[in-house]
Amino acid sequence: MTTHTLSVLVENKPGVLARVSGLFSRRGFNIDSLAVGETENPDVSRITIVVNAESSPLEQVTKQLNKLVNVLKIVELDPSTSVARELLLVKVRADRNARSQVLETVNLFRARVVDVAPDTLTIEATGTADKLDALLRDLEPFGIKEMVQSGLVAIGRGSRAITAGPALRAA
Amino acid sequence: MTRPTPETLAHSARRARTTAEAPGDTDHVRPATPVRATPTQVSGAGSLVRSLEALGVDVVFGIPGGAILPAYDPLYDSTVRHILVRHEQGAGHAATGYAQATGRVGVCIATSGPGATNLVTPIADAYMDSVPMVAITGQVARPAIGTDAFQEADIQGITLPITKHNFLVQEASEIPQVLAEAFHLASTGRPGPVLVDIPKDVLQASTTFAWPPTLDLPGYRPTLHPHGKQIREAARLMSNARRPVLYVGGGVLKAGATEGLRKLAELTGIPVVTTLMALGAFPDSHRQHLGMPGMHGTVAAVYGLQKADLIVALGARFDDRVTGKLDSFAPDATVVHADIDPAEIGKNRHADVPIVGDARYVIDELLAAVTAERAAGRVADLADWWTQLDDLRERYPLGYDEPSDGTLSPQYVIKRLGEIVGSDAIYVAGVGQHQMWASQFISYEKPQTWLNSGGLGTMGYAVPAAMGAKVGKPDTVVWAIDGDGCFQMTNQELATCALEGIPVKIAVINNGNLGMVRQWQTLFYGERYSNTDLGTHKHRIPDFVKLAEALGCVGLRCENAEDVEKTIEAAMAINDAPVVIDFVVGKDAMVWPMVAAGTSNDEIMFARGVRPVFDEDDI
Repeated sequence: MTTHTLSVLVENKPGVLARVSGLFSRRGFNIDSLAVGETENPDVSRITIVVNAESSPLEQVTKQLNKLVNVLKIVELDPSTSVARELLLVKVRADRNARSQVLETVNLFRARVVDVAPDTLTIEATGTADKLDALLRDLEPFGIKEMVQSGLVAIGRGSRAITAGPALRAA
Repeated sequence: MTRPTPETLAHSARRARTTAEAPGDTDHVRPATPVRATPTQVSGAGSLVRSLEALGVDVVFGIPGGAILPAYDPLYDSTVRHILVRHEQGAGHAATGYAQATGRVGVCIATSGPGATNLVTPIADAYMDSVPMVAITGQVARPAIGTDAFQEADIQGITLPITKHNFLVQEASEIPQVLAEAFHLASTGRPGPVLVDIPKDVLQASTTFAWPPTLDLPGYRPTLHPHGKQIREAARLMSNARRPVLYVGGGVLKAGATEGLRKLAELTGIPVVTTLMALGAFPDSHRQHLGMPGMHGTVAAVYGLQKADLIVALGARFDDRVTGKLDSFAPDATVVHADIDPAEIGKNRHADVPIVGDARYVIDELLAAVTAERAAGRVADLADWWTQLDDLRERYPLGYDEPSDGTLSPQYVIKRLGEIVGSDAIYVAGVGQHQMWASQFISYEKPQTWLNSGGLGTMGYAVPAAMGAKVGKPDTVVWAIDGDGCFQMTNQELATCALEGIPVKIAVINNGNLGMVRQWQTLFYGERYSNTDLGTHKHRIPDFVKLAEALGCVGLRCENAEDVEKTIEAAMAINDAPVVIDFVVGKDAMVWPMVAAGTSNDEIMFARGVRPVFDEDDI
């Protein structure tokens, strides 16, 4: 099993996410991560899906996705030629004694403190899953009170862009 | 018994007043040029009905109810004929039967909640068999959506996995466009059911209707024309193969490619097998036809695929009922797989030459490419292959044993029915033993003469689908061949047939049991007949003759072989009412040949305890 990152361009219409995510579960796939947002064209949303699958069943699910009327385009992003990021927000125990050590870790990972309370710091970090895992490992000893992670978003390197194509631009 | 009189049919005469056509002439085609309508002020419901008219819809099957009620008011004056069914499932299967018999989009209408959920089975059925159908449902008013309002069901969510696409209409102004898109999606590419859910307040809202609307389906671009390189590669393989088979599926019928198929088969001399969904795509009587492959296929068709060195699949999907145990299916075959749906290619069996395209274009282009191969002197020599196949056909023809207990043989009934009624009629089957016998013992010579529920295997399909077929093809004789189990699921639509003047004919192959399940209990569960005896023999409950008469039909019964012919002829002589024949047949007859579920096609049994002998040295 390997991890695949799919970028799915869809029409920005109600219910499209349910069609896409429903298809994965129906065909027996677990979604590791999912992120949705508008693109440069407000009529088009981009769903980034990370799945663990063998390549031949993945091909089948991709073909089934392509059959959804609201799906415009599907591209699998190769990790070596794309940039992939996740966002992490984490609330760490940081009283007077621990605070400087926590801040040191934050700086080391080029993360940011976004909120300060007397006994906690809320930290924002972006990066690959590996980097965020490492940050969490280092923050663990201080005590993680709460954390939330976004799905992965990814974009290809270089000047080539994934667009919905002429059909939609004309619309 | 009472037959419907002109008075009882008076309500359907209304359509004669409102339409220019003669009553019953439902065979009109869509307008060749798109209807144009300048913007007019109408209600959402008016816009819906005007859209149906503009789309050339001649008939819809449905039942009104609260949420859809606004649509029934403009429908009252419309040229669109509404057939009031007795259960929404009947409306759905009738739409399917209509679509399968005519090739046009079948339309059904239901209200919100239970009306809509009752359509779920026929929608799933149409999805599995790729039938062009549009289902229109009422929905609770927009402000009530999500509040668990009376008769609210999320039918869009429920039907997500069983529709090609579905819509929840949000604004009355969208109605013409959504309807046009629904019909376009249902009928193009790989056909399938499309659901349009319309909230009651949208139907009541004031809007403008204009036609034609613009379609906005940027993500929908079915590939119709195959890739030339793949076609040439397929033609090259066809010219070099020693044991090729054309494996023909329902896609060939849907594409209207049967003429081309015949030319291709005759040009190449390649044997043809037609799946359950494709019966009639290639004449059963044709010398090159090996029959149906699969679980209850002929020995020659199953063996032909199994030993093939080249399988050319046209609009077929390597269903488990055809392949048997997949990893032992046709081990030596190179596979050319042509389908309009790219997701079918390689789904079950790896395709060496994948071809995406409409079967009509695929076959036409294959024909041209094979002709070029032959012009270059490359012609496959199939003499040895045919010798083997002919030998198998001769040694293992389709047949049956007369029951030893003196009961009427169901196979005999079906065989005689086919012989007496002929190959111009439409035959519609339910699901089970009678369906398999109807596929085996009736000769299908023409497209759109065999309708059944292949993929979903929906018991109860036959009566309402026959009704739909008869409405679509009023001048064609339509026979439903049903089991006593199936018949008890949907026979209430015979009341619809009687009242609406739809004279279908029903042959109930009544063995008193859920026959196919009983066959499996005989073979795999040590003859422990748990819950398969329906009591229709033992107690004659229900009495199908009385039931038929109660439903406004003619009821006939036949219990022995001598009466079969005259009973069928009596039914054929009645054209002003639906007819039901209760054929009381033996319960122990079984469907053979059989490849048991989950086993390899190599394990095909010709009859109980009889395995065909294949001369392995020949290949």
